[in-house]
Amino acid sequence: MTQRTTDITVGLFMLAGLAALLFLALQVSGLSPKSAKSTYTIYADFNDTGGITPRGRVSMAGVTVGSIESISLNKETFQARVAMSIHGDVDNIPADSAAVIRTSGLLGEQYIDISIGGEMDSLKPGDTFYSTQSAMNIERLISNFASGK
Amino acid sequence: MIDRIASLGRSGVDFIISFGHAGRFLAGVLSGVPRPATGFPLLMKQLYSVGVLSLAIIVVSGLFIGMVLGLQGYTILSDFGSEAAIGQMIALTLGRELGPVVTALLFAGRAGSALTAEIGLMKATEQLSSMEMMGVDPLRRVIAPRLWAGFIAMPVLAIIFSVVGIWGGMMVGVEWLGVFEGSYWGNMQASVDFWDDVINGVIKSVVFGFVCAWIAVYQGYDCVPTSAGISSATTKTVVYSSLAVLGLDFVLTALMFGNF
Repeated sequence: MTQRTTDITVGLFMLAGLAALLFLALQVSGLSPKSAKSTYTIYADFNDTGGITPRGRVSMAGVTVGSIESISLNKETFQARVAMSIHGDVDNIPADSAAVIRTSGLLGEQYIDISIGGEMDSLKPGDTFYSTQSAMNIERLISNFASGK
Repeated sequence: MIDRIASLGRSGVDFIISFGHAGRFLAGVLSGVPRPATGFPLLMKQLYSVGVLSLAIIVVSGLFIGMVLGLQGYTILSDFGSEAAIGQMIALTLGRELGPVVTALLFAGRAGSALTAEIGLMKATEQLSSMEMMGVDPLRRVIAPRLWAGFIAMPVLAIIFSVVGIWGGMMVGVEWLGVFEGSYWGNMQASVDFWDDVINGVIKSVVFGFVCAWIAVYQGYDCVPTSAGISSATTKTVVYSSLAVLGLDFVLTALMFGNF
């Protein structure tokens, strides 16, 4: 085999590796140029965050509009403060909307759903949701039901 | 009794000495400044024999491992009615663990043993010493291109392995068992992070490539120059590489995904 053919085959091999990495980036991990777009951060205080984690989904009417940035404890109110980064083109969330923690399916992952309010003003970067609804805790539901409350 | 204890101590000291030799050997290989004009064609030749020729076994094993993951995952997940999560299961297992590890094990068996046998035979037929006589540094001429080729080829092979596996899992899960294609990719994209999962897997395979290639060329260079010596060096290459890969995998996993 001549040096030239070797070079070409090795070049093709490296290209195949690059193409595979690109596939892993775009198709498997969903890294798209879109995610580099501008986002803004809004906050919500929950009594119980349940199982949501950073990088989790934030959706509105079922459409993903952002992701969870961080979850921290507010030491004054003893509530969990969740920072969400919302895509910059979704800039008209009504100010009286509520952030609700929901579960996809019975055993699925938990995510934050924004249930839309009716006010004309919209949430600005850095704003906090006025009303929130914490994660549904099945154990608590069952114990409430059993004790008849 | 005393003899036994003495031999135990001697084997311990021998082990440390061989580690020292391997380290000095590595330093010798890496310190030689490569000359692009002569070094590059040599590296290409080794990349061909180490990387391109390993592609067949990598693609076939990746395909079957992906298909098995799809089948097993479906059987277990469908008990919970969450067979849509099969995509993320396959992608995370392959990208984080099976891709780098299985590729490294196959690489040690397919390419590492060949490297050891080749270099060992060169030593046994005194090609290495005649190179030294001619003023050619065998570390630079023979060893360095093989070491670098293993180092470069492993991550490429591991990435191809993962992609083929994910595709094989899709064939079984989506085409055959009827998981909805959108949820296969969608769940995968929602749970796989490029930096945390994909790039960490690539880093793993870079480490494994370095270790496997190092063990293979060192065992060949260090072997007893007889036919029995070459055969035991080849065995050692495969055994040591596999153990090193599995041990390092635990350490790297703990560092990357351990959360402590």
